[in-house]
Amino acid sequence: MSDKPISQDTSRAPTSQKRATPIQAGAKDAIGGSVSVTIDGEKTKVPLGTTILEACREMGVHIPTLCHHSDLCIAGVCRVCVVEVEGMRTLQAACAFPITAPITVRTHTAQVRRSRRHIIDLMLKYHYGECYACGRNNNCELQALAKEYGVDFFRFGHPDKPMHDVDRSSHSVVRDMNKCVLCRRCVRTCIDLQEVGVLEAIERGEETTISTYLDKPLGDVVCINCGQCINRCPTGALRANDPTDEVWAAIEDPTKHVVIQTAPSPRAGIGECFGLEPGTPMTYEMNTALRRCGFDKIFDTNFTADLTIIEEGTELLIRLYKALVEKDTEVALPQYTSCSPGWVKYLEHFNPEMIPNLSTAKSPQQMFGAVIKTYYAKMHNIDPKDIVTVALMPCSAKKFECNRPEMCDSGFKDVDYGLTTRELGKMISEAGIDLPAMPKSDFDDPFGTATGSGVIFGATGGVMEAALRTVIELVVGCKVEDLFEHADILPVRGFEGVRYVELPITEVGPVPEIVSHLVPNWDWLKGATLKVAVAHGTANAKKVLDDIKAGGKFSECHFIEFMGCPGGCIGGGGQPIPTSPEIRAARAAAIYAEDADCEVRKSHENPAVLKIYNDFLMEGPCGHLSHKLLHTGYTARGKYIS
Amino acid sequence: MTLMTQQERLRGELESLVAQYGTARNALMPILQEVQRKYYRIDDYAIQVIADLLDIHPVEVHSVVSFYSFLDFKPKGRFVVRLCQTLCCEMADKDRVARQLSNDLGIEFGQTTPDGKFTLEYANCIGMCDQGPALLVNDKVHTRVTPEMVNQIIESCRQVFGLHATQPMEH
Ligand code: SF4
Ligand code: SF4
Ligand code: SF4
Ligand code: FES
Ligand code: FES
Repeated sequence: MSDKPISQDTSRAPTSQKRATPIQAGAKDAIGGSVSVTIDGEKTKVPLGTTILEACREMGVHIPTLCHHSDLCIAGVCRVCVVEVEGMRTLQAACAFPITAPITVRTHTAQVRRSRRHIIDLMLKYHYGECYACGRNNNCELQALAKEYGVDFFRFGHPDKPMHDVDRSSHSVVRDMNKCVLCRRCVRTCIDLQEVGVLEAIERGEETTISTYLDKPLGDVVCINCGQCINRCPTGALRANDPTDEVWAAIEDPTKHVVIQTAPSPRAGIGECFGLEPGTPMTYEMNTALRRCGFDKIFDTNFTADLTIIEEGTELLIRLYKALVEKDTEVALPQYTSCSPGWVKYLEHFNPEMIPNLSTAKSPQQMFGAVIKTYYAKMHNIDPKDIVTVALMPCSAKKFECNRPEMCDSGFKDVDYGLTTRELGKMISEAGIDLPAMPKSDFDDPFGTATGSGVIFGATGGVMEAALRTVIELVVGCKVEDLFEHADILPVRGFEGVRYVELPITEVGPVPEIVSHLVPNWDWLKGATLKVAVAHGTANAKKVLDDIKAGGKFSECHFIEFMGCPGGCIGGGGQPIPTSPEIRAARAAAIYAEDADCEVRKSHENPAVLKIYNDFLMEGPCGHLSHKLLHTGYTARGKYIS
Repeated sequence: MTLMTQQERLRGELESLVAQYGTARNALMPILQEVQRKYYRIDDYAIQVIADLLDIHPVEVHSVVSFYSFLDFKPKGRFVVRLCQTLCCEMADKDRVARQLSNDLGIEFGQTTPDGKFTLEYANCIGMCDQGPALLVNDKVHTRVTPEMVNQIIESCRQVFGLHATQPMEH
């Protein structure tokens, strides 16, 4: 068993391209710990190895950037951040210049300004696009630069017709390389953060383009639809496949009953589309806005998040029972979560042999679709063919997921449209609604009651925390609050790429009714230690999977939460742009605050969940009907691209 | 005799190259060069197997192959003739040589003869600036090339086909 610590860094870029970690030799004023730098005549001290860009930001001096991104390794390719360093013959890229000796920097000399302006002019020479017909209008870094540098004519010309076809082959991501400025943020995202490796720069010099493998359509390669590249693209070159026209059409069709479910993360992010600080919760204002847009019913995806916990938790208990009591060696453990469609497709491509480990429980989005077109339709006497289900998600992979051919268990397409946070922001603006000014209103019944456990699904570690709250109470029979203050299971929270937690089960309680048809007692779990882990961003998932294949400590886990996107859903590919570690932390804080405010905080106490098992899924969790509606199967895709 | 598909054989060769050069990032170039030397190109299957063996992504290998002029994805002729187009050779009247090459091979620059024997391309400076016009035939350098010499150079290549038409040629 290897016990190599899992490193925090996911990038395999050469060390020279890694973000320079300032060498902190003790305190800033210790000898050798810091270096002095003069920026525009002002002298300061910074830790050795700080880049000029970081030093400038520290001092409040603005340096324009384009290829630089706080989540990614240094590229130094766009050169828009050039500055003058005294004694050097040429201008230097501030983002890629670590300060190791005292230097004098000038950030806005005539030469610097002219060079930057020329770089922007040159980018525009190859940039085909009109801002007023572009999804990134007013949220585009290239446009902002052009404004900052007062571009009022095309010095080197401007293309008047497209040079590339727009690739619309993917359900999730649209690629318009006419707008690409070759910053390679998408390349670094897809390789370093996600280890999917869909995009790279092909050819060189002026022939360079960003391409998929052999320039195949995005829908035909190993793309997991996570949309992380969209979130980091400075321009409109990458965007999500936008279904808002179809959604409006459904709303305006009087024969259709249009239902929207809203996931936890968009409510923590959508405020950003309206100029609010990241992490401003808009849950109840958004409900009002959705009603005014014309949706017939507004439900909280948290309901099926709770249902997922019950189904997935039960599945885990069944697997453990089979493995530990019945000594069934075929049982696949650890069980992996299945609610992140980006992660699911990653596993299908890169580790199809591990599909048996994937929980068969559908994601909350798909469970909701199936429940609405069966249970809800019956309850309200609506013909399911007249129901249109829309899912508001922080995610671009959800668009792919709802189009998976097997996702029709209700007899209809379970979820008709996946809408991202950004797209809903657009719909709300289109309807002339000022979201922050909306009065608050609640979700609709019968799925209105949300629990805190459902809400925290949005942050990495949230599914694990929700599952643990339920498993502890079902098995140990005590209150989670007795073990963890306020039922906050802090060890699984945070943004560390991979987290590992052990939980000894010293006591067991009686078997509660909801699972009494599955196990006779809990005695077999007494004295056991529950081992769980959490990973977010598929590059981190890869590390865990590699460790499992090598028989490392993660292979002894019982349950592992995997999220496709860094930070979990709050950092999803459908969330407002930009993204950064700070923005994701602020959104997560909003989600945990909503959890703390919830009256009911555990999935198995959600009255609507208990009711559905009473009235509809009468054989209980993992019973026949739940298998049909709430569980699914996967496709071994493999990574070879044909 | 066991029957092996071409792909299985190629995979075996790639595996031994990886055993020789290792799986670090810097093993990629020598591996690609060996494949190029042997097969005159690096095809789709080879790219995906190399990526798999080095635990990187096919698109990364594709990117490297497309970056270097001497690594080819598409098949080229058995003899690749690369005429230098940079300043010194330009001034040494490379155009006459170019016309002769085009004429003798019956193709334009950037093309391959229909029989797959010759590819004609321009190259940038090959370091023979004092002896231009210079050209490369595969990795053999010819300097102070005159239109008359073009004829001989091509003829000597054709000879190779005549003599060993059925054997793979090692350079
Ligand atoms: S990508 Fe930016 S600069 Fe280009 S058309 Fe769109 S908004 Fe304008
Ligand atoms: S959506 Fe995700 S997997 Fe697909 S290209 Fe973008 S970053 Fe890569
Ligand atoms: S697609 Fe976007 S992120 Fe990728 S290189 Fe082009 S501009 Fe940069
Ligand atoms: S931001 Fe510094 S080179 Fe692009
Ligand atoms: S210019 Fe032709 S070899 Fe250098």
